[in-house]
Amino acid sequence: MTDTGLAQGWEMVIGLEVHCELATRTKLFCGCPNAFGDEPNTNVCPVCLGLPGSLPVLNRHAVELAMRIGTALHCEIRPSTFHRKNYFYPDMPKDFQISQYDAPINTGGRLELPDGSTVGIERAHLEEDTGKTTHIGGTGRIGGADYALVDYNRAGVPLVEIVSAPDVRSAAQARAYAGELRSILIATGASDGRMEEGSMRVDANVSVRRHGEPLGTRCEIKNLNSMRSLLRAITFEADRQVAQLESGERIVQETRHWDEGEGRTLSMRSKEEANDYRYFPEPDLVALVPDSRWQADVAASLGPLPAARRAILVGLLGGEPSPAQIDQIRSVVASDLDAIVTSACELGAPPALALARTANEVAANADRAASLDAGSFAKLLALESGGELSATQAKEVLAGLLANGGDPAEIAKTLGFESMRADDLAAVVAGVIDAHPGEWEKFADGDPKVAGFLTGQVMKASGGKANGKAVAAELARLRSGAGT
Amino acid sequence: MSGGDARPPSKPPAIGPEQVAHVARLARLELSDDELTRFTGQLAAALAYAAEIGELEVGDLEPMAHPLPLQNVLRDDEPEPTLDRDTVLAEAPAAEDHRFRVPRILGDEP
Amino acid sequence: MNGAAIALAAAVRSGTRSARESVEESLQKIATGDHEIHAFLEVLADQALERADEIDRVVASGSDPGPLAGVPVALKDNLCTTGIPTTCSSKILEGWRPPYDATVVERLRAAGAIPIGKTNMDEFAMGSSTENSCSGPTRNPHDHDRVPGGSSGGSAAAVAAGFVPVALGSDTGGSIRQPAALCGVVGMKPTYGVVSRYGLIAFASSLDQIGPLSATVGDAALMLEVIGGHDRRDSTSLDAPAPDVLSAVDAGVEGKRIGLVTELVEDTAPEVAARVREAAEALESAGALVEEISIPQFRYGLAAYYLIAPAEASSNLARFDGVRFGLRVDAPDVAAMNVATRTAGFGAEVKRRIMLGTYALSAGYYDAYYAKAQRVRTLVADGFAHAYLRFDALLGATTPTTAFGIGDRTEDPLAMYLSDSCTVPANLAGHPAISVPFGGDEMGLPVGVQVMAPALGEPTLFAVAGAVERAAPARAGGTA
Repeated sequence: MTDTGLAQGWEMVIGLEVHCELATRTKLFCGCPNAFGDEPNTNVCPVCLGLPGSLPVLNRHAVELAMRIGTALHCEIRPSTFHRKNYFYPDMPKDFQISQYDAPINTGGRLELPDGSTVGIERAHLEEDTGKTTHIGGTGRIGGADYALVDYNRAGVPLVEIVSAPDVRSAAQARAYAGELRSILIATGASDGRMEEGSMRVDANVSVRRHGEPLGTRCEIKNLNSMRSLLRAITFEADRQVAQLESGERIVQETRHWDEGEGRTLSMRSKEEANDYRYFPEPDLVALVPDSRWQADVAASLGPLPAARRAILVGLLGGEPSPAQIDQIRSVVASDLDAIVTSACELGAPPALALARTANEVAANADRAASLDAGSFAKLLALESGGELSATQAKEVLAGLLANGGDPAEIAKTLGFESMRADDLAAVVAGVIDAHPGEWEKFADGDPKVAGFLTGQVMKASGGKANGKAVAAELARLRSGAGT
Repeated sequence: MSGGDARPPSKPPAIGPEQVAHVARLARLELSDDELTRFTGQLAAALAYAAEIGELEVGDLEPMAHPLPLQNVLRDDEPEPTLDRDTVLAEAPAAEDHRFRVPRILGDEP
Repeated sequence: MNGAAIALAAAVRSGTRSARESVEESLQKIATGDHEIHAFLEVLADQALERADEIDRVVASGSDPGPLAGVPVALKDNLCTTGIPTTCSSKILEGWRPPYDATVVERLRAAGAIPIGKTNMDEFAMGSSTENSCSGPTRNPHDHDRVPGGSSGGSAAAVAAGFVPVALGSDTGGSIRQPAALCGVVGMKPTYGVVSRYGLIAFASSLDQIGPLSATVGDAALMLEVIGGHDRRDSTSLDAPAPDVLSAVDAGVEGKRIGLVTELVEDTAPEVAARVREAAEALESAGALVEEISIPQFRYGLAAYYLIAPAEASSNLARFDGVRFGLRVDAPDVAAMNVATRTAGFGAEVKRRIMLGTYALSAGYYDAYYAKAQRVRTLVADGFAHAYLRFDALLGATTPTTAFGIGDRTEDPLAMYLSDSCTVPANLAGHPAISVPFGGDEMGLPVGVQVMAPALGEPTLFAVAGAVERAAPARAGGTA
């Protein structure tokens, strides 16, 4: 990827730190529910409130999800330990965070992006999340507020922090990285990957340099809550740094906050002295040693990863997929809907149609996708491809199928979508030709561009009941008749 | 286990009032001038005593973070009872809207 | 085997004595004696009587309330007790009522024991005299002008004064054994991991262990059997049942190889050294093979301890920040509130150790101090391992001196720290150790003899301790 959008001669160097909340039932070190959106301070106990005397006990499933992530990212899974990262902050109940420091569980992997480029993974380690702070009064922003309220429901929720190598060279590649990582997190069952709920949070370390020069000073950008803000923030930040350097100024290493509304990064300008986290081994936990058998069990529990699943869909299509189909494949796999396509195809559905309907109509109603019966879906696709339902009708039947289930033919009947009888269709087509003599003449002269127009008019006149293929056949029949 | 005369021990510099003040800030403690002087002397004495180990040649020994050779102590991912919110918040110095209330926060999470 | 708690529980279980009588007697003694001693921060009279009546009803119904039926127990105030103030003798926790019981408290209750009160201690267990308490010092029942030792001074004094037959303390660098020695009672620190730390307010997590204080070795064994054993809420708890020690107390020492540790005799006051040597001779008479052994690594233990323990403490005590529980001193922003709260809430010794530990962990000094201390810890453990190739147990003094005067060492922290020199090695290695009273000095102040055994060597430890107890001479100064 070279479309950096940067001024001539400059290059971005980006490393990404992704925090993802693991999809466990309980927190990392206690049995409190790991749930989003519950009433404040209801999912708390002595451990996650950091009450005196409480002790952490590690959640086995969290470890296994971390190992799944490591396996999917081709990391080495190693014996590891936990450390305490000491700093005071009111959302951190113990005023230290239990994290991994010099012995993380996963090290040294890589992530292959859909375009074939590869980004190195330095580490993917386990740590606990913080509580949630709300700033009240004043300007409502940090520092300007009157006071703050703290909810510890999120405190202790398991996180894996995935740190990439500084291998990313453009904002678009950063976005592709985050998207592919998100697909992997979902595919491995490690996380729901919901950026809007904070399940997946991205920080970007951005620097710029002239081609061939050593690495520049980097800034860390926080508060990237969507793929869109990731893209915009990196683009803004790289431009800012280039402008600064070109005007002869230096870049100060700092943390910057992305302001989505203003569309720019802002220095957090912390007046605090440099952080000194005083890491030391967490004495309340023992070593975590994933032996080869445990690793093998975890690896065996992993289904095929997104890249392999995309390859399966490409294979089903047979031949080179169009750019639109590549997008469809990517999104279907990313939203974990590819099994719907493959099952329908196994039951004889045409792959391109199955893919298109899944990527569009099913994905738009993803909440109901799990209830979609493969047999019914395949049957619907057969009705559509066989010409018994128009595309418009098929979409409506699919909506009904997603909402309530049932037999597609029955739904079509209920909706009054029985195929038009041939003589009814012929009458409608004749009416359209009468109404549009000029277009008909062009069509009869062999101009293919008006075919779509005429078909559209027929559809309109039939109230969407006409089948596209039947219309085309009727038009062709009449044209050959006109020629004689 | 002899005093290392071959290699200078890795002895950190003596602790002075600035370091003591810095450490107090890290630990969120405030010291009066008087306390600063007294604590500097006492910490220096304690560190000088601790420096006794500075002369030991123990570089080849594994650090012992723990007296036990335990590993992989794990719990199942099963929910357990949570605390009653009113009980928890009754112990809070200040609470509002079912949450812990604190004075305004000036800096971002480090 | 003798033991006030053993006898009392037997009487209550057989119905010859009521739990109510036992609790009333304990409360009566506290009411008449504790205004002088100040062993208790809180006495739970109503709850204890209520619980006693419940136990009497259980006995009346023909059921067994458990091996500690009706036995009043004193709890060090760093053990969490549901709804009962738990302060660690610190202003910062004044009035805090935990929403849960420590595992050991649960187990005591389940065994029929009756918590009678919370005992005074050095603030957050940091100290060796119980003078660092926000509610004033505890006095040694043998001499009210002297300290009871610490940090479990309240528990030791409560047993020594006869207020309760048994108590719980915690031992990070000697905080059970040292006050036990100074007060003339038995004090035992189990192998690290034998007793759950869940609900023990941490001082130094990799060193802390809860253990019993009692008038006799037998009672300590009974207490350990009740509180020991695996707890899934403590990751460092060993996955094994409580050690079988009651039967070991009377097992004798015939053929046992016991090492008299030079460093734990030579560096102590002459009368203390004399009692330890007498104990060694007594063990020899009882059939043990006693030889002297030098473990020079022990001399570095204290220095390592005074880096490791403060380092862990500096982190463990960060949570006392005025946000979720305990004291808050208001200030305009949260960081200033943290500072104001901690400055007002912690005493001088706690601040000193927090700062020492913060410094030892801070960037630039970690390797020179903390990492090096962890290596010295390995060195000390190696010293033990070498000794245990030849010996089943080790013997030495518990403390360098007998009880010192109140105020004598408060101005010199380092002198106070030296009180722990004999007890610290067992904490560093995680091994079990026990202090057994063995005569006194010329003023009649008690002397404690310390027995140590390898990890999980509790049965051997109690066998040797039982033999020491049986051979112990009467003290010159009589009883407290």
